[in-house]
Amino acid sequence: MAKVVVLGAGISGHTAVSYLSKALKNNHEVVMVSPNSNFQWLPSNIWVGVGLMTIDQVKFKLAPVYKKLRVDYKQAKAVSIHPEGNDKNDKGFVKIEYVSEEEKGKEEIVTYDYLINATGPKLNFDATEGLGPDKFTQSVCTYDHAAHSWDKLQESLAKMENGERQTFVVGTGHALATCQGAAFEYILNIAFEIKKRNLMHLADLWWLTNEYELGDFGMGGAYIKKNGYITPTKIFTESILKEYGIRWIKRAGVQKVEEGKIHYENLRGEYHTRDFDFAMLIPGFAGAGMKAFNKQNEDITSAVFVANGMMKVDADYTPKPYEDWSAKDWPSIYQSVKYDNIYAAGIAFAPPHGMSKPMQSPNGTKIFPTPPRTGMPSGVIGKIVAQNIIHAVKTGTMVHKHKASMAHMGAACIVSAGYGLFKGQAAVMTVNPIVPDWEKYPKWGRNINDTVGVVGTAGHWMKLFMHYMFLYKAKAKPFWWLIPE
Amino acid sequence: MTKITENTVPYSNISYGTEPTRMVRFMRRCFIIQVFNFFKLNFKVMRIVVGGHS
Repeated sequence: MAKVVVLGAGISGHTAVSYLSKALKNNHEVVMVSPNSNFQWLPSNIWVGVGLMTIDQVKFKLAPVYKKLRVDYKQAKAVSIHPEGNDKNDKGFVKIEYVSEEEKGKEEIVTYDYLINATGPKLNFDATEGLGPDKFTQSVCTYDHAAHSWDKLQESLAKMENGERQTFVVGTGHALATCQGAAFEYILNIAFEIKKRNLMHLADLWWLTNEYELGDFGMGGAYIKKNGYITPTKIFTESILKEYGIRWIKRAGVQKVEEGKIHYENLRGEYHTRDFDFAMLIPGFAGAGMKAFNKQNEDITSAVFVANGMMKVDADYTPKPYEDWSAKDWPSIYQSVKYDNIYAAGIAFAPPHGMSKPMQSPNGTKIFPTPPRTGMPSGVIGKIVAQNIIHAVKTGTMVHKHKASMAHMGAACIVSAGYGLFKGQAAVMTVNPIVPDWEKYPKWGRNINDTVGVVGTAGHWMKLFMHYMFLYKAKAKPFWWLIPE
Repeated sequence: MTKITENTVPYSNISYGTEPTRMVRFMRRCFIIQVFNFFKLNFKVMRIVVGGHS
């Protein structure tokens, strides 16, 4: 009997554990270790952040789902991994610490035959002084944060209803932050809500970003087919912001936030400030911060993880200049470089390099977006990692039939811009592949026939449809596996 | 959406973006066009996702 342990119940980990359970639950053991008691459908947090959905609409309890799937669920955080075991254990194991009310602080050793690290990002608010919901800015990275943002946003809306002018700043809160798409969606929704209340004359809306040009989105920008032209996403994004009455500051690395004031440096090396009444800034991301030890209990963290805590996998990590980056550098099976039975899925794997060109100010500050890994690739990666492990467990051979490189995988980004079956709109962007491949597609970097950028009510319907469809799938309701990632 | 800057300010960042015409705004909300787009876009996304991994 094999034992597969999954760390993290985000989109990637939950997808992996669902497929593992479907294939292995009768004869093998599947374990989920996650500090969260709820699954959250992250893309809909934006709607929580503008009061259009409640947190109960974007989350559900994990325990009943895992009971149904016959997954051994431990509400705990992984502290360290010991891939070679120790003097008492020949098998690899994970040291976990429970966080549930009943067992808080209790430590346990969980052995495994296969391990999937899907711990997701650590929201690194501490990397920017004054950043985060406990300090001076808001976040939509979790449903709690989004609900808190909505509380704060309502305060600003109430002030505007009393005739007070308000400044809203939304964007990236660290010089190397990613996830611009979520912040972009949030500012469009704020604009929509302000417009709905006829308060636009009292609003100053600012998009603050570390992108060199708007529409970079951490993937080096893209070209899309639009109205008979092939248009850069720069034009597409600027036009949407203009339409919604939003001004922008680009090439900005936020250094510090004080009450009502953001300090940032730009790529020219100039230091500026921007006053605000309401700010939602995405923090930098880091790995979960697990340590790794060998059989002799020596720290091997640097051999298993890169410096920011993300796991090294089958990518080419050789440092090279932007001009030499290749699509082939990206991993396809997400297997640890050091241990064959460990995989990293979703945000937990370390990308070989960025997709956006690295930029640096004359003061030496690096200001550019790091690569995003949204729900769609995270889900696909979780699935193929699970499929390869299932194959290995059932056949006893590790052949990795299933592959999913971000350099071959496409993605869709649906940026809602208002809510309502007939009034709601969304910008839909598709790119294929996510990582530009300039060797295969020398003119545009991607397959131009698979790219699209449109705005309309259909996009809003798609976003709503995906919200209900993916929650159905995540709850493992009948025939859930027929729904693609 | 109505833009907050009613007048174009030459050389400002915002002055370089395109803006939808009334026709485009109508098409974005036209039920028949959007139903067609809904199926077309879903098909496209599905094809990209399924074709992106083996």
